[in-house]
Formats: sequence, structure tokens, C-alpha cells
Amino acid sequence: MSGFLRIAGRDLQLAYRARGEALLAVAFFLLVAALFPLALGPEPRLLTRIAPGILWVAALFAVLLSLDRIFLADREDGSLDLLYLAPLPLEAVVLAKILAHWLSSGLPLVVCGPLIALLYDLPAAAYPVLLAALLLGTPALSAVGAVGAALTLGARRGGILLPLLVLPLYIPVLIFGVAAIDASLLGLSPRPQLLLLAAFALASLPLATVAGAAALRQALE
Amino acid sequence: MSAIVANDLACQRGGRPVFSGLGFSLSAGQCLLLGGANGSGKSSLLRILAGLLPCSAGSLTWDGAALDQDPLHHAGRLHYLGHLDAVKPALSVAENLAFWAGLQQGRHGEEALLHFGLARLAGEPARRLSAGQRRRLALARLIAAPRELWLLDEPSVGLDAASREKLENALADHLAGGGRAVIATHQELGPAQAGRLDLNAFPPRHPDREHAW
Repeated sequence: MSGFLRIAGRDLQLAYRARGEALLAVAFFLLVAALFPLALGPEPRLLTRIAPGILWVAALFAVLLSLDRIFLADREDGSLDLLYLAPLPLEAVVLAKILAHWLSSGLPLVVCGPLIALLYDLPAAAYPVLLAALLLGTPALSAVGAVGAALTLGARRGGILLPLLVLPLYIPVLIFGVAAIDASLLGLSPRPQLLLLAAFALASLPLATVAGAAALRQALE
Repeated sequence: MSAIVANDLACQRGGRPVFSGLGFSLSAGQCLLLGGANGSGKSSLLRILAGLLPCSAGSLTWDGAALDQDPLHHAGRLHYLGHLDAVKPALSVAENLAFWAGLQQGRHGEEALLHFGLARLAGEPARRLSAGQRRRLALARLIAAPRELWLLDEPSVGLDAASREKLENALADHLAGGGRAVIATHQELGPAQAGRLDLNAFPPRHPDREHAW
């Protein structure tokens, strides 16, 4: 088994042992989305109109909850030094961490996305688009978030700095993710928005591994 | 004879000079014990040797080749054991060791658990271990994956007498097999003929101070 799979596998194992945390993030995601109808009143047309935006904003916040875990625990118990010395490039370590974070924190949000669509009574045609948008968008959230987590490792109060650093970088995912679902609600093709989401994910993954590894090297010194 | 040679080594941390003008040579089968007051740079020197920290001046070569020339290759021939044990509380003792041994391509996990008396605890979650047992689990990595150079930072802290003897035995085997070790310690450790390096003898020069004005 390659070192890449070992690291990703161990992170998944750790996430599974602490699965309460992942469930909390999912519960947070659903709860935030469920609060808006209570706050804005039961107006079906308004709720359908704002559903895509609420879904994505709630997803961004839920992802934020688990970001600082990506590297902080490994730094605090000394594992990060050993991962740095492991016989694979640091970029591969970062990519393994991003993959494990997405599988443990991003994928549960994708799975629960339809529940929110149900809550807001979205038409059936919107479901596949919503799932596709979440599937394409959430990997980018993990990738960009890992860079933020690596950058704030050495900082005091890094937990507060992290959302301030990462949320602005999440804006493209938010815009195109919402636009894709909006398009399907209006009966238009969501293809261009989905392609842009895919492009953002594909560009952010290699960039995030390089930037994340550079940030980790800084943090080690 | 291949040797690790440090020449006129200096170290800075956070802009503060720690030591300078440090030099030593370490051949196969030799052990170097680092002494010196707290803050004299023992841990920093170990991190420099591991490639975790750049030195601010001087040269560090192994067999004539600079250590930072091929960091991945260098990392593959050493064990670094810092103050922290790199043990995950949520994983079992065996899982913890198997992860690092696998990553470091070592096949002697069971042997290592036996040597440090952890075989009985193999299935226990590591959160139930005492500090000394956690330390033994970290030490077991040394045996699980054989490496040429051991860099140990206060390896015997928290160990009882029996475990310290096991560490001594492992170290003696390692050196007898042509391995090398650099150990920062305040306790008596290692073979009697081990080399000693007192970091108090290499206080930092303050080149910056002259130009500070």
C-alpha cells in the first residue's frame, strides 16, 4: 500500500472513531438550513427562491467547522514532523489529507443536500443538479480549506483567523454552486455553471497541494 | 569511511541565535550524546540533523554529500523522535505502530511491541496508556523500521528502570549493526565510549549586534 493511501486511510479511520464530530457538522448544516423558514415565514415561493443560496451558505459554514482539524491535531501530537519525514513528497501528504477531509466532511453534506431540497420543496428536476453541484463544489472547499488550515497552524487564535482567510476564497464555489441550481429552477441548462465548478475544483486541487505543502514547511520551522 | 560531518554549524530560531561554530563527526557504529543547559539548542540541533530545520550557517554532510541535497533520501535513512510521541489516542497500540511502520516501510512491528513489552497492550486504545507506555510505543518505531541514523530527544523521559534497559539494549543492537545515534539527554544513557558534545561550549556569536545601530 502506498504512503498516500495509508495517510488517507488513517485519517478516515480517525474520523470514523470520532464520528460524532462529523455528525455534529451535518446536524449543524441541516439546522442552519432549517432556521431560515422559521425566520422568514412560510412563503413557498420565497423559500424556493432562496433555497439554493441557503443550502450553499450552510454547507460553507459546516465545512469550516472541521477545517482546523486537518493539520492541527497532527502538529500538536508530533505526527506532523514524522509525516514531513515520511518517504513521500509533502504535497502528497497534503493531497491525502484533503481527500480524507472531503470523504469525512464533504461527502456527508452532499448526501444530506437532498434533505434540504425536500425541506424547501424544490422541484424534482433540481435534485440531480443540486447533487452534481455539491459533488463538484465540496472538493474545492476541502482543498482551499486545507491551505487555510496549514497557513494558520503557527498563528495564535488560528481558529478565528481561518474562516476570515478561507471564506473569501469560497466565493466562486458559492456563486457558481447557487447559479447552477438557480438555472435548473428557471428551466435553463445548468451545464455552464457546473463546468465552471468543475474547473474551479480541478484548478484548486493541484494549487492547494503545492500551497499547503509550502505553508506546512513554514509552520515546521 | 562514511561519516556525518558538521562544520561550523550555526542555528537561529525566530531570529534569535541559539548556537554557532559547532562541529562534530559521526561514523558508523558511533553514538553522540548531546549535553548542555536548557535552551542551549540540543533539540534544534536534532531538528537540523533531521532536516526539519535549516541551519543558518555552516555545512552538514554525510559521506561528502550535503544533507539538504536530497531531503527525501535523507529522511528515508533516519528516525526522529522528538518530545512528542506522535501517538493517536483513538487508535489502538498496534494500529498506531502499524501506521508508522507501514509508512516507513518497516516489517518488524510485532518484534518491536515485544521488545518494549507492549504486546499485551496491543489491542488497547492508546488513550488508556500511561505517559511511559506512550513513550515506549514511540520508541517501538525505532525497531519496527530499521534506519541508519537515530535522532532521539530525551528518549528516556518517563521510562521506568526496566524500560530504560530495553532502550539501552535496542541502542546497543543498533550501534553494533553499524547504526549511528545522536541523543539529547540529561540522564546517563548509551555506551560508555559514546562521544559527548556539550552545547554550552558553542554560544552564539552576535554578528547582528554590531550592525544593530
